[in-house]
Amino acid sequence: MGAAASIPRFVAGRVGGLLLTVGVTSFLIFSATHLAPGRPEEFLLRGRPVSPEALAAVRAQYHLDDPLLVQYWRWITGVFTGDFGRSLQFRQDVGGLLASRLPTTLLLVGYASLMIVLVGLLLGVVAALRPGKLDRSIMLISTVAAATPGFVAVIPLSAVFAVGLGWFPVFGNGEGLLDRLWHLTLPAVAVAVSVVGLLARVTRSAMLAELSREHVEVARSRGLPFGSVVRRHALRNSLGPITTLSGLIVAGLFVATFVIEVAFGLSGLGSLLVTAVQAKDFPVVQAITMIGVLAFVVTNLLVDLLYPLIDPRVSLRAGVAR
Amino acid sequence: MTAASATPGLIRRRVGRLRTGALGGWLNIVALAVLTVFVLAAVFADVVSPVGPNDVSLSDTLAPISGEHLLGADQSGRDTLSRLIYGARGSLLGPLAVVAGSTLLGTAFGVWAAWRGGVVDWLISRSTEVVFAFPGLLLAILAVAMIGPGLTAPVVAMVIAYTPYIARLSRSAALQEAAKPYIAAYRVQGFSSLTIVARHLVPNIVPLLLAQSTLNFGYALLDLAALSYLGFGVQPPTPDWGTMIRENQQAVLEGVWQPSLVPGVCIVLVVVAFTTLGEAIADRVARRDVP
Repeated sequence: MGAAASIPRFVAGRVGGLLLTVGVTSFLIFSATHLAPGRPEEFLLRGRPVSPEALAAVRAQYHLDDPLLVQYWRWITGVFTGDFGRSLQFRQDVGGLLASRLPTTLLLVGYASLMIVLVGLLLGVVAALRPGKLDRSIMLISTVAAATPGFVAVIPLSAVFAVGLGWFPVFGNGEGLLDRLWHLTLPAVAVAVSVVGLLARVTRSAMLAELSREHVEVARSRGLPFGSVVRRHALRNSLGPITTLSGLIVAGLFVATFVIEVAFGLSGLGSLLVTAVQAKDFPVVQAITMIGVLAFVVTNLLVDLLYPLIDPRVSLRAGVAR
Repeated sequence: MTAASATPGLIRRRVGRLRTGALGGWLNIVALAVLTVFVLAAVFADVVSPVGPNDVSLSDTLAPISGEHLLGADQSGRDTLSRLIYGARGSLLGPLAVVAGSTLLGTAFGVWAAWRGGVVDWLISRSTEVVFAFPGLLLAILAVAMIGPGLTAPVVAMVIAYTPYIARLSRSAALQEAAKPYIAAYRVQGFSSLTIVARHLVPNIVPLLLAQSTLNFGYALLDLAALSYLGFGVQPPTPDWGTMIRENQQAVLEGVWQPSLVPGVCIVLVVVAFTTLGEAIADRVARRDVP
């Protein structure tokens, strides 16, 4: 089958699989909160004694008397139009709450991703080009870093850079873009620490594989400058696995940032999720869990679709079976 | 779905492993020693702990490292070393339950799918994909929202989240084993499917599963510690490494870092040890399979 004919089919297959997964997961998320012990209106009324009429009014307001499937349908169609229902603890629309919290989380994910890609690529390339002591130390550090979750990294980071040196704040979001970035620097480093070594490792092994291949030998033997050989012949061909891993890392970052937001008292989606879980504010829990799953599967889909474009040597068929 | 639907845990598994060269043997011994020390401390906490984990002594608030408090004391004057030793129990038992549950379930589902094929295989594979869409930590938080904080909800959720990884691995390994002549030989001899699978096929894929489960222990520990840190796992005053970091984080701003740093270091040590051993087992399995 020609590549031209199979591209639409490949894309359609992947998007179809994604829609099916999102359908099933969203139903699981929604019905899970209905399986929770305790009746929804008890959470709504916080144990206050009320008349049967008032109770019926509350049940009607939140459509609690409809069958589960009807409630699910109302919720999921709302989700795709930005209507996530009303928060029980804040008494306001969940959509508005999310909109006020989302920028911090997105900025943190973006900032951390940038750090991970830049530092990971640099360390990986250096490790590949300088075998021996430097290579081994980079690999050893990356093993330890991979075992250091963000909430552990927070402690030395704030002890040294916030308390000791006083360079960065350890609490709050900040105002304006520059101040925000300044506030988000330590959190972004904490998020990045545990995954930057992974990218370094993959970059290193992909680079080593390319550097030992014939086309690199030929390019070097023909007298091309070494830097250009590394950039245009080795690194360019290593981009496939590097991009895949970067995508997977970014997809996983959303949940990692949730923990870090709590650690640094940032008002993003993660800290909202934690308070919502504590307060049993189910509409908010459903919305953020759904966004987490969506961010995860959509990023994965994008990586799958991008891969054949970045590395044309990989046929679509192989891409599907990868 | 493809391999791309993976949590960070799986990513680590797919990445090339650390080549430790001549150091390899030594690293494994050190890793084993570290784990032995922690397990012994957890088992014999009543004996080795200097004082009780919840013995409050307000005069020792944030006491520095001294002969009386070998690792200092926390905000309430509780001895950090004692809390660390007792905290090892919950911090290690949680991941143990996750690994045991997910390995048993995953192997059962994976081998069943491989052996039966057809509809069973299709159903198990599709369910696996759905679970892959949930990052493990998110699934655990959802479970806490439903059931409430404590160790139960996170452990159940993590078992569900980790089972697909083992199921996929054991499915492909079992498919390879089932195609080998010795399985056909047992069939010809008239052994029942259950006997062949349980007595002959599964024992041959155990080393591979052991490697993966050892690595999973480290990842499960990280996830459960994160949940405790968020206040969803082991509940205070029961000591737990994740909880200890949260309780003492404020003290870092007052310049006292050891009550929160020390449990963090323990987490890192144990996880590095499990990663090292898991990769060593995986290396050995790979060398056995490729003559």
